[in-house]
Amino acid sequence: MKRISKTAHSNLYTYGFVIIAYAVLMLITATGGISSSLKGQLVPICAYVVMAVSLNLTVGVLGELSLGHAGFMSVGAFTGVVACISLEALIPLAPLRMAISMVIGALCAGMAGALIGIPVLRLRGDYLAIVTLAFGEIIKNIINCLYVGTDSRGLHISFLTNSDALNLGEDGRVIIDGPMGISGITKISTFTTGIILILVTLFIVLNLVNSRSGRAIMALRDNRIAAESVGIPVTKYKMMAFVISAALAGAAGTLYAMNYSTIIATKFNFNTSILILVFVVLGGLGNVLGSIIAAAVLTVIPELLREFDDYRMLVYAIVLILVMIATNNAVFKSMLRRVLGKIRPSITKDVKEGP
Amino acid sequence: MTFLSYLISGISLGSVYAIIALGYTMVYGISKMLNFAHGDVIMVGAYVCFFATFRWNLPPVAGVLLAMVLCTILGVVIERLAYKPLRSAASLAVLITAIGVSYFLQNAAQLLWTSNPKVFTSVVGNGSVKLFGGQLSISVIAIVTIAACIIIMIALTWFTGMTKMGKAMRACSEDKGAAQLMGISVNFTISVTFAIGSALAAIAGVLLCSAYPTLMPTTGSMPGIKAFTAAVFGGIGSIPGAMIGGILLGLIEIFGKAYISTQLSDAIVFAVLIIVLLVKPTGLLGKQVHEKV
Repeated sequence: MKRISKTAHSNLYTYGFVIIAYAVLMLITATGGISSSLKGQLVPICAYVVMAVSLNLTVGVLGELSLGHAGFMSVGAFTGVVACISLEALIPLAPLRMAISMVIGALCAGMAGALIGIPVLRLRGDYLAIVTLAFGEIIKNIINCLYVGTDSRGLHISFLTNSDALNLGEDGRVIIDGPMGISGITKISTFTTGIILILVTLFIVLNLVNSRSGRAIMALRDNRIAAESVGIPVTKYKMMAFVISAALAGAAGTLYAMNYSTIIATKFNFNTSILILVFVVLGGLGNVLGSIIAAAVLTVIPELLREFDDYRMLVYAIVLILVMIATNNAVFKSMLRRVLGKIRPSITKDVKEGP
Repeated sequence: MTFLSYLISGISLGSVYAIIALGYTMVYGISKMLNFAHGDVIMVGAYVCFFATFRWNLPPVAGVLLAMVLCTILGVVIERLAYKPLRSAASLAVLITAIGVSYFLQNAAQLLWTSNPKVFTSVVGNGSVKLFGGQLSISVIAIVTIAACIIIMIALTWFTGMTKMGKAMRACSEDKGAAQLMGISVNFTISVTFAIGSALAAIAGVLLCSAYPTLMPTTGSMPGIKAFTAAVFGGIGSIPGAMIGGILLGLIEIFGKAYISTQLSDAIVFAVLIIVLLVKPTGLLGKQVHEKV
């Protein structure tokens, strides 16, 4: 009984944190206390938060390393924007169109997730990591060769040719122009949309983690063979975690793409996947609030360090290495615990040893 | 004839991947970590050779040797400072640290040498050998690359199989605790592995930039990823596997470019990888590890 109320408590903290952060930021924006470069980062931060929370589902809860999360983001971004542009005449109301586009983006990314989920079921550890990496690269490569246009007769899709091969009518419009990506996007992503997406994501992920399925997924992470022997279907639960994670990343991709007027496939490369993995690991595996904070802080810090321009990424790299060593080195950890233990003895009790 | 020339350039590109993949696979075998900074050591090696030969006018051989020495030092220093404190940590923590090192090397290179691409001139010149009455022309660099790859392969097989250090390496990769009890210095063995891997990366960097002459701080990342793929392809941890994986990857890339589509060549390489892993989940020569509860 006490345990259930404890999880409910920590979940409420997470929701509350996001809502309070939203209120505070809206207040600061309204009074003009925020620089324009930082204001432009608000929607990307929301997208990265959703990405980090969804990747945490794969890496932290399911326990499988994924190096291609940006691939799902890319699928969601491109399908979402295509949907949004095609529906422009049909649904004039921007927030509704945005919501529908995000759902379409999420569905397509979820399907891609199911597709990549098939090898996931056979592979383990580093071999799985390389397959997700490969998948991300394949998506990038395919979208680079994809041409999509729309006219009164509907969508036209062409592969490996050029935009002329689309055979568009008089009123036609090229949406995806191969390596040039999509340009001329109407920016309809807002900070509010982003926060709503974060809340929806939190609702899905937190409810999943605290459900029967979530416990089954964590049992698979902790010991696959033992979990299998008590009758947990590996295929079903691995697939479930993977597809949900991919679908949420797709929605984040749509949100992200709608914040820029131009979007190209190479934006969602290996480095983006790694960036999100860094958020998840620094935030703490399986810790949703940690992912949110890490994603927000690590997106803002490079912005704040703009004045150091050339040195900022160097500093970022050094800080990353030092943080990883400080949080994972056994000697350093026990030293830290001794120091903290002197100040607040309760901390030492709460610290649990990792597996 | 065109088929033959594609075959040779495929093997040549594959040889570069194989040399890089050897570094990945040796480090993985001994410390079970994915050293993502390996690709950037390639870039550092290429820059050192570039400055040695074109700025300070050293002979090419001296340039390559200097690059090897500096990369060896760099590899050992990285291992001591960044990876050694995390010897007993979770593999994901080490992976992120390796990514941090990779960012560090790329950005340090950008500060030191700017992001303007440098035009690397081949260390062996741009000559080519004509065969079959001029129908088939093979560039000297392709021949040198393939030869270097074969020499390295033979040397490494001898080293890991016959020498005391090589045996220590294999012992460490099998069971570190038991190896230590037998009087093997695990830390020193790991350092030597990083040293060899980094020296190979320097050679690969010079060969890669001799064949594809643009040198930038990000030059190493894509070949790094490809070589990592090659190592997994052949079964990570296996030295002959890395060799076979690298050469196959190079061949698939060149043939894919020539006969299917230039734009889709990367997608083809990675798709083949996924299919191979579906059939053989631990790579071509990887060991099947049986899990116990």
